[in-house]
Amino acid sequence: MMHTDTAPPGTAAPVFFATDEEGHHSEGSTMLGFWLYLMSDCLIFATLFATYGVLGRNYAAGPSQKDLFDLTGIAVNTAMLLFSSITYGFAMLEMDKDNQRRTQLWLAVTGLFGVAFVALEIREFVHLFHEGAPPWRSAFLSSFYTLVSTHGLHVSFGILWLVTLMIQVQKYGLVAANKRRLMCLSMFWHFLDLIWIGVFTVVYLIGVLE
Amino acid sequence: MSADATHAHGAPDHGPAHTEGGHGSVKAYVTGFVLSVILTVIPFWLVMGNTLDNSLVTTLVVLVLGGVQMVVHLVYFLHMNTKSEGGWTFMAMIFTVTLVAILLSGSVWVMYHMNRNMMPAAHHELLQKMR
Repeated sequence: MMHTDTAPPGTAAPVFFATDEEGHHSEGSTMLGFWLYLMSDCLIFATLFATYGVLGRNYAAGPSQKDLFDLTGIAVNTAMLLFSSITYGFAMLEMDKDNQRRTQLWLAVTGLFGVAFVALEIREFVHLFHEGAPPWRSAFLSSFYTLVSTHGLHVSFGILWLVTLMIQVQKYGLVAANKRRLMCLSMFWHFLDLIWIGVFTVVYLIGVLE
Repeated sequence: MSADATHAHGAPDHGPAHTEGGHGSVKAYVTGFVLSVILTVIPFWLVMGNTLDNSLVTTLVVLVLGGVQMVVHLVYFLHMNTKSEGGWTFMAMIFTVTLVAILLSGSVWVMYHMNRNMMPAAHHELLQKMR
């Protein structure tokens, strides 16, 4: 892509096809643009992590991480997201083989793991509310809910996007536009799993220490 | 626009290359998955079993393992490398990682010292520290 920008107008076309032969994705610019969006999303999460890092030990005499968190449940949640990552990977491999039925199958499995993750997270929040730990209880809980529910909302919208794309694929097949969309969602989905590593490490595991 | 045009031209003749370089292989995904499982199970085991009996060491080990797992995800699931898009995805990532590092360490560092030097500790917080 860069070559086309720097080359004089007359030579643009041949250089363009030369870059294509290097084995890159032909969807190059979309993928780079979407990656830049993910990096900006990463900054949003970084500010929320920083907020949690600053406020995470201010309990206002309320419950602490150790009183509230059930690590077994978090381990199950982590497993759901990790499974959904590899099943989305399988969906992409089937997409490359133009096998529409299997792509749809793996996407459906991915969606179910995603739904399980969100359901478990909602159950955890309901449980915390019953334990007397709503967001307004302390600075720790405010920052905790903001960080974790922002991630949960991302996953929820990812599921919505996934269902939308499954309908698109069902209607129009694995055309180039749908493949490009599925590749964007793939990056989005794996990125959310990566953010979750930060969440369970910093919020849950390190939280219950000390 | 141009992306669609190239796709139409390029799709038929580099099918196998596309599969190979594009979204990895079953082997790459399974490798990433197995590494992730290992790098997830170890920190949970360390914390839940209180294996190391030292929360500072456990914190550091858990942080390092989390960082390694993020790299595993980047390489095996997000197919990050220094060459795709002419190196621009990698550059964008390095830039973001730098910003995030400054943002995280700076916030925690500055606010920690603000707390220590300027805020008189409230009565209940003192009690909590003693507990």
